[in-house]
Amino acid sequence: MTDKTSAVTALRSRHLLGIAGMEPDEIELVLDTALAMKEVATRPIKKVPTLRGRTIINLFFESSTRTRMSFELAEKRLSADTLGMTSAGSSLAKGETLSDTARTLEAMAPDMIVMRHASSGVPHQLARICKASIINAGDGMHEHPTQALLDAFTMREHKGHLKGLRVAIVGDLAHSRVLRSNVRLLTKMGADVTACGPATLVPPGLDALGVRVTTSMDAAVEGADVVMMLRVQHERMQGLYFPSVREYFTLYGLTPARLRRAAPDAIVMHPGPMNRGVEIDSEVADGPWSVILDQVANGVAVRMAVLYLLAGGDERADASAT
Amino acid sequence: MPVVMDADRMSRTLTRIAHEILERNRGVGDLALIGIRARGVPLAARIARELKSLTDVDVPTGALDITLYRDDLMRHAVGPQPVIRRTEINFSIDDRVILLVDDVLYTGRTIRAALDALIDFGRPRAIQLVALVDRGHRELPIRADYVGRNIPTSQQETVQVRLLEIDGRDEVELER
Repeated sequence: MTDKTSAVTALRSRHLLGIAGMEPDEIELVLDTALAMKEVATRPIKKVPTLRGRTIINLFFESSTRTRMSFELAEKRLSADTLGMTSAGSSLAKGETLSDTARTLEAMAPDMIVMRHASSGVPHQLARICKASIINAGDGMHEHPTQALLDAFTMREHKGHLKGLRVAIVGDLAHSRVLRSNVRLLTKMGADVTACGPATLVPPGLDALGVRVTTSMDAAVEGADVVMMLRVQHERMQGLYFPSVREYFTLYGLTPARLRRAAPDAIVMHPGPMNRGVEIDSEVADGPWSVILDQVANGVAVRMAVLYLLAGGDERADASAT
Repeated sequence: MPVVMDADRMSRTLTRIAHEILERNRGVGDLALIGIRARGVPLAARIARELKSLTDVDVPTGALDITLYRDDLMRHAVGPQPVIRRTEINFSIDDRVILLVDDVLYTGRTIRAALDALIDFGRPRAIQLVALVDRGHRELPIRADYVGRNIPTSQQETVQVRLLEIDGRDEVELER
């Protein structure tokens, strides 16, 4: 007695390593499941017993506030047992290799490992070593799949659909895993994506992913339904990519005047943390078109959905219904 | 496959249950209906309409998805997770008499999950159970307060409730 709303009822992989490995029906399944999960946050008791007895290890080898807290909250709302480790103060700081750390953790028999790392591909490497399900919480400049899923959830919540949606993604394209995951997801779902940034911050081959690339912000924002601003990642920049912050803001900062070029009911998104006065004007960040705080709230629901779906098995075996 | 309840009989059964609810609770004062997804939801809506036509009072009605509370969820090492649908209870259940509505009462495990879920929403004064069909074979100490029809079954049989809102017609069929 299952009424199927999404085309599939399970994710095909045991891991969530990137949007690259997901089919559109799997993305729909995560978004539909997240819609049900979002309701849990409105209850007097914001907790369900679903993942009771499951152990989840949060490995954050790179600084993170919202993603780590969002995962932790999602895990706790599903009643999982969670423990966390950051690279500072861990055995990695004492010289242990990643694979030894992974084997040590594996010996503690976690069901899932949520991982962030400054190098691309590390979660994939871990997935080959570990029996636990691996969730990529951001690897280097590669992917950040749950961010793209929560962004898509937020767009669908405000716009009703993803297909045909005109999305402008503006900022530091070169260093952004958020961009890469979002581009993969949005193009799979049929959105019309324009990426925009200074020529020095446009990675080669970006147009091969099926997006329009421009260095003119006015052109990118023109008629957009969604304007997604990316953070200028000073910490990943070795060398000079633009003359000054003031010049960057003048050319690529989202101001109310520039936003007027977008569709009248456009929404503004930012994955955080924001650099006010660098890529976004405070008036825009705090204005009525901003859905930045919705993204944060939706992040918990989307991560609950991912944790729930990965806790099951694969689609080949059938679960018995009540 | 025998049809054990047709549309006409289903309609009269729900009217009768509405009367029993009023008799037992002496009116609709602090009642609320919560249907268990999927088929408990349209059944709850129909009972609400019956109560409205009898008393002219709109009884608050909600929908509950019990998937997150199932006791068999994490027991399968492999197998896809059941699809979760939305729970919609847009009123406080505190101090109300909650009429929990489901189509078929069988092992009682769905109701156990629903009771756990409801407790997370507040502290109702009482919870009463409405089942369109009681087919026996309880595995937990749970019974219904209002039963549309008791149908003795073997465990090899399945009871299929079809509702206009979901399946395009009203009937209960016993399948072997």
